[in-house]
Amino acid sequence: MSPLKIKKGSTSHSAYNLRPNFSDVIERHTLAVLVENEPGVLARVIGLFSGRGYNIDSLTVAEVDHTGHLSRITIVTSGTPQVIEQIKAQLGRIVPVHEVHDLTVEGPSVERELAMFKVSGTGDKRVEALRLADIFRANVVDSTLETFVFEITGAPEKIDAFAELMRPLGLKDVARTGVAALPRGD
Amino acid sequence: MTRKMTGAKMIVQALIDQGVDTIFGYPGGAVLPIYDEVFQQNSIKHVLVRHEQGAVHAAEGYARSTGKPGVVLVTSGPGATNAVTGLTDALLDSIPLVVLTGQVPTFMIGSDAFQEADTVGITRPCTKHNWLVKDTDKLAGVLHEAFHVATSGRPGPVLVDIPKDVQFATGQYEPKKPSVSHYQPPVKGDMAAITELVEAIESAKRPVFYTGGGVINSGPAASQLLRELVEATGFPITSTLMGLGCYPASGDKWLGMLGMHGLYEANMAMHDCDLMINVGARFDDRITGVVDMFSPKSKKAHIDIDPSSINKIIRVDIPIVGDVGHVLEDMLKIWKSRGRKTNSEAVAKWWKKINEWRSIDCLKFEQKGKIIKPQYALSRLEALTKKYDRYICTEVGQHQMWAAQYLNFEDPNRWMTSGGLGTMGYGFPASIGVQMAHPDALVINVAGEASWLMNMQEMGTAMQYGLPVKQFILNNERLGMVRQWQELLHGERYSQSWSESLPDFVKLAEAFGAKGILCSDPDDLDDAIMEMLTYNGPVIFDCLVEKHENCFPMIPSGKAHNDMMLAGVDTQGVIDAKGSVLV
Ligand SMILES: Cc1cc2nc3c(=O)[nH]c(=O)nc-3n(C[C@H](O)[C@H](O)[C@H](O)COP(=O)(O)OP(=O)(O)OC[C@H]3O[C@@H](n4cnc5c(N)ncnc54)[C@H](O)[C@@H]3O)c2cc1C
Ligand SMILES: Cc1ncc(C[n+]2csc(CCOP(=O)(O)OP(=O)(O)O)c2C)c(N)n1
Repeated sequence: MSPLKIKKGSTSHSAYNLRPNFSDVIERHTLAVLVENEPGVLARVIGLFSGRGYNIDSLTVAEVDHTGHLSRITIVTSGTPQVIEQIKAQLGRIVPVHEVHDLTVEGPSVERELAMFKVSGTGDKRVEALRLADIFRANVVDSTLETFVFEITGAPEKIDAFAELMRPLGLKDVARTGVAALPRGD
Repeated sequence: MTRKMTGAKMIVQALIDQGVDTIFGYPGGAVLPIYDEVFQQNSIKHVLVRHEQGAVHAAEGYARSTGKPGVVLVTSGPGATNAVTGLTDALLDSIPLVVLTGQVPTFMIGSDAFQEADTVGITRPCTKHNWLVKDTDKLAGVLHEAFHVATSGRPGPVLVDIPKDVQFATGQYEPKKPSVSHYQPPVKGDMAAITELVEAIESAKRPVFYTGGGVINSGPAASQLLRELVEATGFPITSTLMGLGCYPASGDKWLGMLGMHGLYEANMAMHDCDLMINVGARFDDRITGVVDMFSPKSKKAHIDIDPSSINKIIRVDIPIVGDVGHVLEDMLKIWKSRGRKTNSEAVAKWWKKINEWRSIDCLKFEQKGKIIKPQYALSRLEALTKKYDRYICTEVGQHQMWAAQYLNFEDPNRWMTSGGLGTMGYGFPASIGVQMAHPDALVINVAGEASWLMNMQEMGTAMQYGLPVKQFILNNERLGMVRQWQELLHGERYSQSWSESLPDFVKLAEAFGAKGILCSDPDDLDDAIMEMLTYNGPVIFDCLVEKHENCFPMIPSGKAHNDMMLAGVDTQGVIDAKGSVLV
């Protein structure tokens, strides 16, 4: 489990807060779900969300522990506190799910997303795009005489902001990975 | 010791190692190697059903009446898709099943091969878990794990899809050993929460036990502990449809079933209680009615093995995640060690109130005239079969509710009904599964004629295996429950709710070589029932009953627990527009 820095057995205390105070406010939560890397496991998780009418704002998945056959799914979802609790409980009962962590309530965490932007333009617009990319620490990973492909990593809000700025400057295409997140500290 | 053998042999070996004595199935191309192994052994009985849906319901009946997982074997494609209704039924009612399906060979998967269906894809949402096994070496391990998953924690159906080349190939057989998988749901409840519940029990003025299928799932020992707790505290107890039998109906603390068609006293007690102790029930919408008006004044405790059941529908004050048996044991220990206290004065007052509600006698009916009332038919069935250790199955509809109201259950595992999915066609095959597990017992399926027709082909199965299942059909020549809702909600416009062109059930029985009995006169009913009971073989009992009888009490859609319709009320205009969108 070392590459994940997730303490074993912490799930029952953290993810299933059984005595929540329910309100009607829609909250956005980032969940880290550690799953057995077996065929169909992603379909199970996605099927749970679609079948029960929950929202997926973002979802990323990759194997993180090859020898242990574990993948980490990071899901950003939104709902009332009661719905969020239900989502965690429902995820927890999927047989190949090992752990469910609600990073939004389990203390501070860092969230990062990678995105690529294709921006096409000439003259001032092209210069401005490059200047803004510099400010946002986006890298140029491909360029032609008329286009740039920028690569940017950061919190989703930063990427949203960058996208807004690029739009008037000739934004052609966006590819985003979705959020990866880890708790801070130990 | 590991041994080399073919995948097909492994399957039979794994079933034997798991203690399986009976499987329900239907052969086809993709399971022929398995059927060849079934042919060459004598440890496991195979019951050849007449439709795969029947196999799954039969396995459910077997499982519910024994506490052991039911096992099903069907072929790929249509065999697997025919099993889907049964799987969904078992998922909603938490019935442990292991369903084995054949699949086209691995090298043909994805090619739209003959009788190929994406079985794991189709059944993913209607199983607790499923596997496609592509490697014979892994087959035995998956099969043992399948039994572990089906029976651990909240039980449910699992499915193992086995391509034909995996059945033919040779691999290492892994014998059964204690599961090492990460899936080990905890059974012990949190002691602090249990203590909090004990404190609430000590001071409660108007307590009620609200019990459910989880008590049955937990096993007979849990029912025993529940009985001890109820007797010791003197608290009233009600149960859902799925929990009938966990506390004896003859017990004086018994309020009867609660919910939409539950008893007046049970629903009133739920509405007015100050402490609700939910033991293995899931706040289903047939129970809660409108959630905002559900038992507004009570503190609620909930014992459930599945964390997702807790706070799903009703927010509770004392959540306890654990197995009913384990939690009740700890609870009794703590309660006893603290001096067995209850607020007996207040509880006595509470009983006075409850007895006032009881005195309304919400199940009373009058049998007059020459037409049999369904309630009367079931009361007579109850009276004449009381002395047997009998097993009752039902189909779905009014007859199911009347059976729950008018038949009394003294022990767990004696009542098989489709609660969550409400699957017409469940009862007959379920009765076959029950009779396979209990060959000498009296097994009765209380049916409506419409439901019964849905899986009537299983008469062949009953005859082939000499299973003396009694099909007690309350024949109102209507899709009665649908008709009742049309009466309440749709101005008595009975759209498509007639059972037209019914067969002559007596001749139908005779065509299969079984016995048919027709009864239409209340004066003949006792003799006819006795004839059914004493006949040694399958019987179809065609009991012609009142056609437009309604099932009461009823909490109309959109109403609260204390707003019940009792027999004799006006049925028009009771449910408003908001209520009528609910099912
Ligand atoms: C036509 C029709 C009418 C109906 N009307 C009514 C009605 O009037 N009244 C009524 O009660 N029902 C009625 N039902 C049935 C209803 O739909 C539900 O199926 C039923 O109420 C659910 O019962 P339950 O709450 O006991 O839950 P179950 O479905 O039996 O679920 C059991 C619960 O216990 C938990 N559990 C399982 N094993 C354990 C264990 N070992 N330890 C602890 N917890 C465990 C599970 O996680 C689950 O939450 C009707 C059905 C039909 C078809
Ligand atoms: C497979 C299936 N289809 C439809 C329904 C909807 N439904 C519920 S009760 C009922 C009528 C059942 O009629 P019958 O079996 O004669 O029983 P009765 O209500 O008359 O006692 C119907 C159609 C269902 N529950 N299951």
